[in-house]
Amino acid sequence: MSYETNKEISRRKFLMKVGVGIGSVAAAAVAIPVIGALLAPLLEKKQQVWRTVGKLDDFTIGGTTLVKFLNVDPVQYAGVTAKTAAWLRRDSDNRFTAFAANCTHLGCPVRWEQNAQLFMCPCHGGVYYKDGSVAAGPPPKELTQYPVRIYNGEVQILTSPLPITNINASHT
Amino acid sequence: MNVFKKIWRWFDDRSGITENIVPLIKHPVPPDSKWAYVFGSATLFCFILQVVTGIGLAFLYQPSSEEAYKSLVFITHQAKLGRLLRGIHYFGASGMIILAGIHMLRVYITASYKYPREMSWISGIFLLFFTIMMGFTGQLLRWDSNGVWSSVVAAQQLGRVPLIGKYLARLLIGGDTIGGQSLSRFFAMHVFIFPGLIFLFVGYHLYLVFRNGISEPPRAGHMIDPATYRRWYKNMLKEKGVPFWPNAAWRDAIFSSCIILIIIVLAFVFGPPELTEPPDPSLVHTTPRPDWFLLPVFALFALMPPKIESYIIFIGPILTIIFLLAFPFISNKGERSPLKRPWAVFGGICVVVFVLSLLMIGEQSPWSPNFATQGITVNGIGLKKQSAEIQQGVQLFYAKGCQYCHSIKQYGGKTGPDLTTVGRRITPDQITMRIVNGSNDMPAYGGMLKKEELQALVAFLSSQK
Repeated sequence: MSYETNKEISRRKFLMKVGVGIGSVAAAAVAIPVIGALLAPLLEKKQQVWRTVGKLDDFTIGGTTLVKFLNVDPVQYAGVTAKTAAWLRRDSDNRFTAFAANCTHLGCPVRWEQNAQLFMCPCHGGVYYKDGSVAAGPPPKELTQYPVRIYNGEVQILTSPLPITNINASHT
Repeated sequence: MNVFKKIWRWFDDRSGITENIVPLIKHPVPPDSKWAYVFGSATLFCFILQVVTGIGLAFLYQPSSEEAYKSLVFITHQAKLGRLLRGIHYFGASGMIILAGIHMLRVYITASYKYPREMSWISGIFLLFFTIMMGFTGQLLRWDSNGVWSSVVAAQQLGRVPLIGKYLARLLIGGDTIGGQSLSRFFAMHVFIFPGLIFLFVGYHLYLVFRNGISEPPRAGHMIDPATYRRWYKNMLKEKGVPFWPNAAWRDAIFSSCIILIIIVLAFVFGPPELTEPPDPSLVHTTPRPDWFLLPVFALFALMPPKIESYIIFIGPILTIIFLLAFPFISNKGERSPLKRPWAVFGGICVVVFVLSLLMIGEQSPWSPNFATQGITVNGIGLKKQSAEIQQGVQLFYAKGCQYCHSIKQYGGKTGPDLTTVGRRITPDQITMRIVNGSNDMPAYGGMLKKEELQALVAFLSSQK
């Protein structure tokens, strides 16, 4: 060891640095596609499309019906998970309201109770009036609404992301 | 020398079994570390059981949003011994969570997290967190309606994180909505990411046992002093230590084997939890519930004051983890005996009672409307020859959903007060007020009842004395 010159030491230091450098490049090159797979849902911009959920005449005025439609562009192997449900209420001749089926508390599926005229959640007892406003229980805000339109005599709902309640949702 | 001995000598020389491995197995341990010390190894054996049965299930499982449920039905009802295999994996998960909890409690009660074993406690907290994540993602992989809606609930919880909540929720379910990509992500977490992390942390956790030794059973008055402890411990082992194998290990072996046998018997007798409906997010008439070990959290969400809930969902888990990690830094020396740490023991008991109470009330979940309740008839509640108005009230009590939340006699839900004797407690006017105006926990029915319907309901309820 004592024969080593300063030149040899600095050479080894240099080679060590090259080794670490190349290793980091290799590690980064591997990590990028893996992290890409992890973050893919944030990187892709999903379109929204209008889905027909029935003919205008299928819905009675004042009634609330469960409608089902396909998400936008589901993958081939999605099977039944490609579907989303909404509660569609016909307010008047040409006015509809589409409520997301997800409770705003923690996302459980609310069910419409026709006789009671209430939406009820089975998980933690959230209740909503027929207009989607909170009637009782823990939900911090009213039921989310999906855009809905009448097109060529058909009722259409705009595919939308799963409604996520954020921390600022005021409690009513 | 026979040939097998020769082969062994050669193998041993080249591998260093006698030189390096045997001393590890025979490392000295404190002599009186007895049955209280078996829970950690039993947790580890449960984990190994989970790895082995998990591999078995992987032979049969289809990790695809479309096919997973069908393969679960196949495993549970058709595959040879599939029901038993799923059952062992389920009860093994339960065992691992319970034993990890007991192990942690034992370490807390005997203050084994104090010097020099702080990192054992910290890595243990991580292992507990990973174990719970394994339990949760495992429940999702069943991919029935419970699995689908539980993942929605988890996405909602992540959604409460300020600023980035929406993105975290999207990352969890793999897109804007539940879909084909969701299950693949849960599969990657349950089968690769968290088991990998557990292997890593278990390795470190065990390495620390060799580095610092297992804690000796605490003795009141024996103070831990970081300046002298290591020297004292080394001398104590030199004087009184016994080899881990076989003097202490036989207890671990017996206890762990019994646990595994109990798990197999439970799996054989009770089988795995039955599947709920298919994973179709448009089937909304379903009642999602987590597996038992997450019921305390489920109960907490129902019972927390709604005004602070969104904040607690976000900050609660962070504070809990910080609090647990802080233990060895709050106090890492002095007494270890529970007899000399009464407040620490009291605090521990409070936490256990709190969690068990939440578990028990979560099991009953009285806050959930009782959708299964059947309409009561006038005769069913002991009222005969009643007026037409009261009979109409009885019908309305069910039809308007009152009975989902209120009981009369034993019929109905438990969300709201029992109304069996409501006519004795409050006047008809008060009943009318409550129905019309509702409260925080009850809808205001004013706009939803016709005048005669309201009168009929009040007449019926006032007659309940």
